[in-house]
Amino acid sequence: MSKAEILNNIRRGLKRGEASASQRAAVMARLDARADNLIPRRAQLPQPEQVALFKTMALEAAAELIELDSIEQAPAAIAQWLEQHQIPELVCASDPALQALDWSALGDIARTQRVAQSGDLASLTGSFAGIAETGTLMLYSGATSPTTLNFLPDNHLVILHESRIVGVYEEAWKRLRSATDGAMPRTVNLITGPSRSADIEQKLQMGAHGPRTLVILLIKN
Amino acid sequence: MQITSPSFKQNARIALKDASLQKALGNLKAGFPVKRAQAVARLPEFDALRDEARDLKNHILENLDIYLEQFESKVQQQGGHVHWCRSSDDACKTILDICRQVDAKTVTKGKSMVSEEINLNDYLEKNGVTPVETDLGEYILQLRGDHPSHIIAPAIHLNLEDVSEAFHQHHHRPKSDDPAVLMREAREMLRKQFVAADVGITGANFLVAETGSTLIVTNEGNGDLTQTLPKTHIVITSIEKVVPTLEDMTLFLRLLARSATGQEFTVYNTLSSGPRRDGDQDGPENFHVVLVDNGRSDMMGGELQDMLRCIRCSACMNHCPVYGAVGGHSYGWVYPGPMGSVLTPQMIGIDKAALLPNASTFCGKCESVCPVHIPLPKLMRHWREKEFEQHLSPRAVRVGIGGWAFFAKRPTLYRWLSRGSNLALRLLGGKKGRIHRLPLGGGWTDGRDMPAPSGKTFMQQWQAQQREQQHPRQEKKS
Amino acid sequence: MPNAERSPQVALFVTCLVDMFRPEIGFASINLLQQAGCTVAVPERQTCCGQPAFNSGDRSSTRDIARQTIEAFDGYEYVVGPSGSCIGMLHHYPELFETSDPWHARALDLKARAFEITSFLVDVLKFSAVQSEFNGQISYHDSCAGLRELGIKQQPRTLLGAVTGLQLNEMDESETCCGFGGTFCVKYPEISNRMVENKTANTAATGAGTLVGGDLGCLLNMAGKLKRQGHDIQTRHVVEILAGTAGLAAIAEPASGRHAKPDSSEAARPAAGTAAKLCAGEPDSARFDLAKQL
Repeated sequence: MSKAEILNNIRRGLKRGEASASQRAAVMARLDARADNLIPRRAQLPQPEQVALFKTMALEAAAELIELDSIEQAPAAIAQWLEQHQIPELVCASDPALQALDWSALGDIARTQRVAQSGDLASLTGSFAGIAETGTLMLYSGATSPTTLNFLPDNHLVILHESRIVGVYEEAWKRLRSATDGAMPRTVNLITGPSRSADIEQKLQMGAHGPRTLVILLIKN
Repeated sequence: MQITSPSFKQNARIALKDASLQKALGNLKAGFPVKRAQAVARLPEFDALRDEARDLKNHILENLDIYLEQFESKVQQQGGHVHWCRSSDDACKTILDICRQVDAKTVTKGKSMVSEEINLNDYLEKNGVTPVETDLGEYILQLRGDHPSHIIAPAIHLNLEDVSEAFHQHHHRPKSDDPAVLMREAREMLRKQFVAADVGITGANFLVAETGSTLIVTNEGNGDLTQTLPKTHIVITSIEKVVPTLEDMTLFLRLLARSATGQEFTVYNTLSSGPRRDGDQDGPENFHVVLVDNGRSDMMGGELQDMLRCIRCSACMNHCPVYGAVGGHSYGWVYPGPMGSVLTPQMIGIDKAALLPNASTFCGKCESVCPVHIPLPKLMRHWREKEFEQHLSPRAVRVGIGGWAFFAKRPTLYRWLSRGSNLALRLLGGKKGRIHRLPLGGGWTDGRDMPAPSGKTFMQQWQAQQREQQHPRQEKKS
Repeated sequence: MPNAERSPQVALFVTCLVDMFRPEIGFASINLLQQAGCTVAVPERQTCCGQPAFNSGDRSSTRDIARQTIEAFDGYEYVVGPSGSCIGMLHHYPELFETSDPWHARALDLKARAFEITSFLVDVLKFSAVQSEFNGQISYHDSCAGLRELGIKQQPRTLLGAVTGLQLNEMDESETCCGFGGTFCVKYPEISNRMVENKTANTAATGAGTLVGGDLGCLLNMAGKLKRQGHDIQTRHVVEILAGTAGLAAIAEPASGRHAKPDSSEAARPAAGTAAKLCAGEPDSARFDLAKQL
């Protein structure tokens, strides 16, 4: 009943009844077109420059960046980072690409594959895209990419392939639609740097509720 | 919360003398406006984006019913539920019902101004459900039994000492005046709540009709923990937040963070589309969207429709010299500053809120920074007209304006009146050329002198000159 | 320059505050317009632009006053006033009438002819060669309506840049409202007072001896605060500096001090030859002799 009341009141304001078939069709056509609006020039660059811009913007957003030549170097780099930070464990997404790696470099560091729990110190996930415009990561939920890993642990390590870096958000949406066959995953996360808050006296503090550190392992092609 | 908008003047008077508040407000002035200006300077297309955003919002509003129905059907296709609520009461009851269905004891909450608007926390508490605010600012306020004074920086009226004291009292820990320590404390305390909550309630910055998604924008990550960990996620939002596509949402996102905090992009922009899917290892099992109207559809079709473009960035209040002087609580309800001075009369009644749209010099700064070009001064003037039409204006204003207008419409009488007033003011000014205390001066001379006229009126002098130039000889003889 | 063929016919919109409090601004405006080659008239039936009624929500009185103002300025090529706020109000007139109302077209016509003086000189007449001298430092307050409704920012600075000896020290937050706001300053005096305190503090921090602006309402407010606080800063309308009449007592200062303050560096005088530019024409055209004012 409320629904009808609200819609009728909206239509009263618009001085019309239910939308005509042609008006409705125009709206549906607009939805289907998924047209771009104005896109800033900043990230409309050749891909190598998009990669450079991504790095600059991600660092500006206070992410850490580890550049690697291949994905095979990731376990050792992660082991080194965890040792440096005296973190004895790593919770991993059940991502086949991560499972396939040789993790012997971790040594004594315990690697488990599950969703995150309160108290987890570090997580490792893949990522779907990097957006150069603002140094933003795009991740989405699925059977092998639980969302909690992106938020609960104190430190979030993310693997991003340079080939997955696009210039602007619009390009990432297009890639997402084609990857998921147009269906929206339950959750899509755009992540730009680690968690922060300025709620106390407008002074920025890092690590509010989400990860205190965001480490991007950037893999060259 | 208790409405104190009718005593705006007293609230403001107290606020101006509150040294602690004034110190806190100083942080605002030095922060958001400066950072916004820097962010805008880095994006040459910023103004062009504003124009597009205004036009897109206008298109959405012209087709609002269609987009809302489309959004609903997409949410339903993904296994979620949409609840349409005409009033605050409807919305509170709907949310309580959902909480009861899952036998909820505690709910965690992300920051939501709509939930403040409908007074949700009080309602849930009265009915045996404990709401826990998880945004750091909102959490501080909840501990203090306080309310937000700003739509994106809710605790901006507080200083470090206030937070320190509140945490000391409620956390039973040694008192700290280190913001980093205080934030770690809040993180630790809330971690337990995130995990224990039965229901998570968040707001939404945008609703995407194309995909049936709700979007939240946060820097802390509290919203994500709130909506991911409990079994039930309730999104409380309002009807004007719908946008057509992800591309359209993107247009607004490019403007939102820059206008709000001056960030290039907020840390977490998260889309939620229905409950967890087959095979998902986490995420909520139930997904509800509570769509609140609460007077918004009444704004359609009239002058106030422009206000429905608002994306709640807070730029208007961040740049408002009145807000900067008196803070958000003076406005006496949920939405402060220029946008609040337009929305509040709609939601609580112009009879209670008339002082708010009057509390503006119409300096126009708000409109000049609005990312969707809302003509805020014009809309405040709209409410002043309603106030005047409904004979709600103070007697002194009606009599004053009426009397003055009587003369202003009659040039000859007006000349006599201005000559008389000019002479009286000059006499009062005496040799000093200014008046230290003016009876009926409307408070002007409480804080400053009133300059006295420097001579006869311009018209007197001008006409005398004209006479002299036309008849110089007679003039000399006389 | 328009004096090649025929001088622009300008009606001066005195504005009610200038009429009542500071006639010097009206005379200086006439002087400047004449320097720029205009023939200036002062229509007798003008009163106030109606902004107090407009901003108090009294549409009906506003409409009455608008109709009267439209008639008062009927037939003049240009309507020019020393106030962004009052000229801005004239620009609001079309909003007051339904588009089908004949008054709407007349309001649009007035709007197209109505200009704030610095904008008229610089943007319309392309005139910036003011002949004036001012030996001192000033700071400039950008009044809100002129700045944000009419886009007046560079025009006064361009003109001030042509004044010999003048140094402009920009203040912090020159674009922030001074707290005057018409009826606002009497409805909310405490808030207004706080806002003007910020303004005087920013002014004082520049070290300038004179605060200059383009709207008398703001200037009365700021001068009143500066005097109450005991600052040794003069307050003047921009046209007083441009027309070289800054030798007269400043706003809120004793008439006995009708000469520059003792510090001779603040003395100002019109450059030679600009004072007695006379215009012949209609009976009410300007025949302003600046020397008489001095």
